[in-house]
Amino acid sequence: MSTATEANGIEIRREREATEKTVFGFWVYLMTDCVLFASLFAVYAVIHGNTFGGPSGKDIFKLPYVLMETFALLTSSFTCGLAMLAAQRKAKRQVLFWLGVTFSLGLTFLCLELNEFHHLTSEGNSWRRSGFLSSYFTLVGTHGLHITFGLLWMAIMMIYIWKRGLTDTVRKRLTLLSLFWHFLDVIWIFIFTIVYLYGSIGL
Amino acid sequence: MKKNRKIVLGALVVLLAIASIAGWYLHRHTIPVLQPAGPIAEKERNIIIFCALLSTVVVVPVFTLLIYFAWKYREGNNAPYSPDLGGNAAAETVWWLIPIAIISVISVVTWRSTYALDPFKPISSPNPTIHVEVVALDWKWLFIYPNQDVASVNEVAVPVNTPVDFELTSDTVMTSFWAPQLGGQMYAMPGMQTQLNLEASKPGNFHGLAANISGSGFAGMDFTVKSMPKSSYNAWIVSAKHTDKQLNDGSYALLARPSSYVLPSYYSSVEPNLYDTIMLKYMTPIEGTSTATTTGVRS
Amino acid sequence: MTQFAFALLGRLSWSQFPQDAITRGGAAGIVLGLLFVLAVITYLRKWKWLWKEWFTTQDPKRIGVMYIIVALVMLLRGGSDAVLMRTQQAVSVGNNYGILNSNHFQQIASAHGTIMIFFVAMGLMFGIINLVLPLQIGARDVAFPFLNATSFWLFFAGMALVNSSLVIGDFSAAGWLSYPPLSELQYSPTVGVDYWIWSLQIAGVGSLLSGINFLVTVLRMRAPGMSLMKMPMFAWSVLGSMSLVAFAFPILTVTLALLALDRTIGTHFFTAGGGGNAMMYVNLIWAWGHPEVYILVLPAFGVYSEIVATYARKKLFGYTSMVWAIWIIVLLSFTVWLHHFFTMGAGSNVNAFFGIMTAVIAIPTGVKIFNWLFTMHRGRISFKSPMLWFMGFVVTFTIGGVAGVLMSVPIIDYQVHNSLFLVAHFHMMIVGGVLFGYFAALTYWFPKIFGFRLHEKLGTYAFWFWISGFLTAFIPLYILGFMGATRRLDHYSASLGWQPLFIVAGFGVVLIGIGVGFQVLQLVVSIWQRNERRDLSGDPWNGRTLEWSVPSPAPFYNFTKQPVVTDRDQFWVDKQSGKKRRTEYEDIVLPKNSGLSVAIAACAFMVGFGMIWHMYWLALLMLFGIITTLVVRSMNEEPEYVLTAREVEKLDHARIRKLKEYEAYQ
Repeated sequence: MSTATEANGIEIRREREATEKTVFGFWVYLMTDCVLFASLFAVYAVIHGNTFGGPSGKDIFKLPYVLMETFALLTSSFTCGLAMLAAQRKAKRQVLFWLGVTFSLGLTFLCLELNEFHHLTSEGNSWRRSGFLSSYFTLVGTHGLHITFGLLWMAIMMIYIWKRGLTDTVRKRLTLLSLFWHFLDVIWIFIFTIVYLYGSIGL
Repeated sequence: MKKNRKIVLGALVVLLAIASIAGWYLHRHTIPVLQPAGPIAEKERNIIIFCALLSTVVVVPVFTLLIYFAWKYREGNNAPYSPDLGGNAAAETVWWLIPIAIISVISVVTWRSTYALDPFKPISSPNPTIHVEVVALDWKWLFIYPNQDVASVNEVAVPVNTPVDFELTSDTVMTSFWAPQLGGQMYAMPGMQTQLNLEASKPGNFHGLAANISGSGFAGMDFTVKSMPKSSYNAWIVSAKHTDKQLNDGSYALLARPSSYVLPSYYSSVEPNLYDTIMLKYMTPIEGTSTATTTGVRS
Repeated sequence: MTQFAFALLGRLSWSQFPQDAITRGGAAGIVLGLLFVLAVITYLRKWKWLWKEWFTTQDPKRIGVMYIIVALVMLLRGGSDAVLMRTQQAVSVGNNYGILNSNHFQQIASAHGTIMIFFVAMGLMFGIINLVLPLQIGARDVAFPFLNATSFWLFFAGMALVNSSLVIGDFSAAGWLSYPPLSELQYSPTVGVDYWIWSLQIAGVGSLLSGINFLVTVLRMRAPGMSLMKMPMFAWSVLGSMSLVAFAFPILTVTLALLALDRTIGTHFFTAGGGGNAMMYVNLIWAWGHPEVYILVLPAFGVYSEIVATYARKKLFGYTSMVWAIWIIVLLSFTVWLHHFFTMGAGSNVNAFFGIMTAVIAIPTGVKIFNWLFTMHRGRISFKSPMLWFMGFVVTFTIGGVAGVLMSVPIIDYQVHNSLFLVAHFHMMIVGGVLFGYFAALTYWFPKIFGFRLHEKLGTYAFWFWISGFLTAFIPLYILGFMGATRRLDHYSASLGWQPLFIVAGFGVVLIGIGVGFQVLQLVVSIWQRNERRDLSGDPWNGRTLEWSVPSPAPFYNFTKQPVVTDRDQFWVDKQSGKKRRTEYEDIVLPKNSGLSVAIAACAFMVGFGMIWHMYWLALLMLFGIITTLVVRSMNEEPEYVLTAREVEKLDHARIRKLKEYEAYQ
């Protein structure tokens, strides 16, 4: 019969292995999501020139506005990091605070993006107009959809933390969420560069 | 032992019978890819034969070893048994190297032939090239002779030993233009232009078909390539010029309506730049033409 | 009010039910078949048992069995499609237009390909991996059991959607890959292509999740001491295949989504005009499609490695070489996709590059064949039916492979692209490689899962009818290709001389049908005679790998104690050295059953159905349902339970007592 500490040790090791396995699995999922975005980028690269008589990126992208979006999202990644640091310290109130800030910044990003989409659509430049606009809306929109799911996840996590505290399971899931959020940030940097920056200078 | 010998003998007899029947049957029918009627198809066939023969270098040993090993090392036969023989560096090197060698040869063949027989490359010949613009429709082929100002449907006449430069597009979906006895195929796509250079080296009527599914009438897209002496070809052009149908925007719109198993017909004149107009309408919005967007239902 | 009700129904209407005799027959078949199954289950009062033991299970062995049952039923469906196609092509000559109109023929052709690849081949593959992989690597389960169950049910939902197209609406008539512009709304206005899109999208998500799951399983859940180079070859092939799944399936997800967007909200990704680019679709779909065929065949290669070594009673020849070959194939499979459309006019530079890469991928494949042959060399071979399937594979795969090498030369491909030569090639690869491999796997591992052996003689008859029928059905197609016959033709002219060859091919299909009949008979007879066929030792074939060290049928917890491994083919090594492992018992943590996977898949089915029929409210509602289910699942603080060592011991003793009863039958 193993001693209590031995049994506890096995228990802890099993928990750690399970967490590591889950985090590893989530990384693999993120890599598949990466391939998904890569395909969308490839599509954008191929047909972003197909304006079919309509506007090109140069005509419709407003960099100052996009800068606001970028600022919101990048800051939210930073505050998400702060939330994770607080989680390591098991500081529940701080985690909730910083997650709340992250959520607000993410929501701001989403609203700004939806506003941009609405503006383009109402002036006749919807996804129906040309291949270029189809690929623009889909690439940026897919990222926005991921952000939406991230925000939903974040809200649910905040409720969990509030109700159940920072248990091991909750902290494991926070790790996954933060990986997801940072990943979306990286994708946005690519979107910002390839779609908006390149588009604005006519590439 | 006797029973096994009977089975093997029986199998060989059956195979021989099948092979003879097959041989007799095939002898009576044309096998276009293996019995070419043009220089392109002929070179393609030669490459097929060469590569097939090269492949026997692998196929024969594989089949031989399969049967030999299965026979010799079957349970009950007192053959040497080495249960832990898990590898042999020399042997493995051999069968890494042999496929590498064969594939290297095939790669060289690929490299050279892909450039030499590029469908976009004009065929050199003392005779001047004939240009034919091809439009794939539902479910027929329109052939426009821009320099002769005639057009035909499902029949294309070419003079013998004369290079023909087919320029292909489609006013429907993606399909493929294939006259196997003259050469390989080329996709025809809306808003795109592809090219296929072919030549017939003997007179005759050669079967052509659409080689990519384009809808319910696609099996009825057969066409004929008629290769004939230069004088007959000139006569064919003249007789086309004497039909009372003209290919203009109106008659083209009628022609483009879905129909299948269409008999050959001819047009005595062609609207200038019709081919270009057909292609361009997919590339930019043009006044007065359908932009082929997501509206409209095709019966 | 009625207007609103009609709006809720989207595109549904009475006219969408089948209108002619043959389609009505197909619909009736599916509906009556389903009703019959439901009636039998109700009559035998097995619903509770089904729900508790099968539908909510997280045991990968049970999930594997369900995958295989679905796949085999779909094999019959896809096979019937093939019979219809062969019949049409044998009689539709000259003035005779056959038994099917062209649109119906094209639907059947498209359904045949779609079902065979996505629901038969993928289903068998995931089924067998579920059955075998955890046992082989000395694990109790896969990495994420709930995800595993969800993957199966998503696969089931996709299958249900495809079969729904027989009952209401129609199916895609644009081929198994639905090239645009033909698959766009303008040229395919009916729901057919939408059925195709959504059933594949849902099943595809299931596949992707399985890919992640099995990848993590192999990398994280091997028994202690089992380094990667001590893994069975099947496990290596699964690792390679699942890596491909992870990289390739997201491309399919994107491509299907873009086509769906074109068809629903009016985007211009692949439309003719409007800035769309149909060639881009062809590139995308084959960037997924080519890795897909390697996804299917690699585990089959792994199966052959296990089978040849076992039945030749000899170590697999060239283990390291085989591992290298797998990874070279994995890498190269992403560099060849353009060979599916050399004739699209990309130009010589591009065609030459892809042609050479395609030829190169034949090298590791050839190496594998030689390694298998030399495993037979100096072995002591027993020709049980799995070994026969292997030999049939070598014959057909070599012929098909040669055809493939020929087609890798663009100049040759210009003549045979899309012809029946191509059709013969890929059938020889997929049927000879994938299907034969999984048939062999089913016979080989059947005793381990069910505790009794399949009837060997009937299996042998099945094999001989299959191989002779298969060669008879497809060798004529090579000749037809050279005679200028393209694929998917529902009619041709008599002067071409094609008909006799089509008739011979039709006769081949009859032989295959008899083979299938023998397989069904084999199953029925084996179940009937199961007591006489009990596998009492757990090791009916004198196997080499860990799955043969557990009793047959394998207990739901796999191992009483996770084995410690020191050698490759550990079980064989133990047997040779006479070492007997003591049965030890320990506490086992196992996942609890859950019905939430079924819920997610049911919602997914509704999402698909809603999108197809433009019932967007339904799709949105059911999407919300999926999210809710996931949240509910996440609230489950105790998804696992502990089986104490005591309980395991009791179960094990009960099993041993049962074995003693079975001995009486022998």
